[in-house]
Amino acid sequence: MGSPFFSAEEQRVFDAKLSEIVAHYPADRKSAAMLPALRLLQELKGWLSPDGMLLVAKALDVPPERAYEVATFYVMFHTEKPGKHVVDVCTNLSCSLWGAEELLAYLEAKLGLKAGSSNEKWSLRETECLASCGTAPCLQVDEVHHENLTRGRVDALFEKLS
Amino acid sequence: MLPAAEKVITRNWGNPDSWTLEAYRKSGGYQSLEKALGMTPQAVTDEVKKSNLRGRGGAGFPTGLKWSFVPKDSPKPKYLAVNADESEPGTFKDRYILENDPHMLLEGIGIAAFALGVHTAYIYARGEFKFPAERLQRAVDEAYKAGFFGSSVLGKGFALDVFIVRGAGAYICGEETGMLESLEGKKGWPRLKPPFPAVVGLFGAPTVVNNVETLASVPAIIEHGAEWYAKLGTEKSGGTKLICLSGSVKRPGVFEISMRTTVRQLIEDERYGQGMPQGRKVKAVIPGGSSAPVLAANELDVALEFEALKKVDNMAGSGGVIVMDDTTCMVRSLWRVIRFYAEESCGQCTPCREGAPWAARLLRKMEEGRGEAEDLDILLHVAHSIAPFPPIGLGNTICALGDSVALPIHSFVARFRDEFQAHISQHRCPFGDRPWGHYGAFRA
Repeated sequence: MGSPFFSAEEQRVFDAKLSEIVAHYPADRKSAAMLPALRLLQELKGWLSPDGMLLVAKALDVPPERAYEVATFYVMFHTEKPGKHVVDVCTNLSCSLWGAEELLAYLEAKLGLKAGSSNEKWSLRETECLASCGTAPCLQVDEVHHENLTRGRVDALFEKLS
Repeated sequence: MLPAAEKVITRNWGNPDSWTLEAYRKSGGYQSLEKALGMTPQAVTDEVKKSNLRGRGGAGFPTGLKWSFVPKDSPKPKYLAVNADESEPGTFKDRYILENDPHMLLEGIGIAAFALGVHTAYIYARGEFKFPAERLQRAVDEAYKAGFFGSSVLGKGFALDVFIVRGAGAYICGEETGMLESLEGKKGWPRLKPPFPAVVGLFGAPTVVNNVETLASVPAIIEHGAEWYAKLGTEKSGGTKLICLSGSVKRPGVFEISMRTTVRQLIEDERYGQGMPQGRKVKAVIPGGSSAPVLAANELDVALEFEALKKVDNMAGSGGVIVMDDTTCMVRSLWRVIRFYAEESCGQCTPCREGAPWAARLLRKMEEGRGEAEDLDILLHVAHSIAPFPPIGLGNTICALGDSVALPIHSFVARFRDEFQAHISQHRCPFGDRPWGHYGAFRA
């Protein structure tokens, strides 16, 4: 049965996957599943809405502020609806030594977005070290690494995405 | 002459499908687990102790000793928490292990769990490691299917479950107690120590937290013996070491090196960095991830090893070596490093929460030509309030993130004071719009 929040199919996936995750923890430590549960919600809905977080908290038997507290602590959790694709550009030291600041400026111009902002299609974010320092500069689109970037590679990548 | 390095961790990298169980077994994989299960747990721990294996996550603590801190008579279950939250800027070796040879880590987990009497291990994989975590999950599934994990490992009656938990983007969760909090489903606020995790860890139970590279080293120790492993290293540090080389150098990458290798050899040798870009000289090198103090060009003959670096008030840390050439702006570089810590401070301790952003603002001011005469002293004062230096490790915060704000500031200013002062007196960055050195422009 679906709730007003989930479709019947989403509810089925959520319940099945959550019970599998919860089984990884001691029986009295259900709330340990908070990060995987929020990730699951985000995979289903694209972001963590207040209604969604309420639902996760209920499923794990914790007060809703626990879900909120965790959701806002971690940068990969979206408590506001992001664009269709989330673009994270590393500008940490090793990447900046290989042109990352100019890469970010190039993307800001290309997507018509300031870093830290979103539109329907894109969320563009300056992010911290992605462990690609030997293959700099790098970025992630929807959690997938793209490395050794040049203007040509960025153009090809974004052409494929748009 | 450059000491040769045995291939221990990287020996299978580059083999066809090196990440599969089939390939791992072809190179003798999981025989060490079988061997360990024929020993007593105490004998396994003793072997690791004798090998002089030290933690590869940053602190360099002796692994066997850490294992021996777990109380043997605890009525609670014990846990192994594997730190795969590799986030230290300049560090990418654990990601390469997960992608190239996940089974080497899994075999190490099996051996460690047996030695510790652990029946549940959690691998905390960095949130951003989607692909590495997927590859690792496939390896875990293979290991279960082959009987290396599950209710009776290799039919010997020892039960072991291994679960992967993905983080969600927070550097602080690489700190071992921040990671335990996160594994418990909370925000990653580090805990006050003592008690240490070996006594009160995950879910209040005794827990060993080990880094990926550390555990991946264990199968070879069991296979070849502690003496062999100890001999590969120096007096107090056994084995080889993975180094992540990045920045202004011809060939960045992950290299397995002898611990006797110096920073200069790493940069210049044909097997490793292959030297500086044409016409450039080294200006500064961070030897152990961005938390480590910076070295100047006249300090490069130090070995990339725990004790040698400690002797010069530095640290081997996570093995992230970042090279800056003589056309790189030190103020800009330090500003970027400090911005990272300001962003990643968890907010729990005031010196770090307020100090890191304050330092970042001061550095920005200098870099943008608005610095005032007293700013450098204020910057050092802020750093000192978070953690004095030297020595390393006296920070006024619950965890070492505070030290990681202070160490770069103290060390950059001590070595490049003239350059900081030039920014203030000239009211501009002397490097203009090219602050990032030889490779600092985005390529076409």
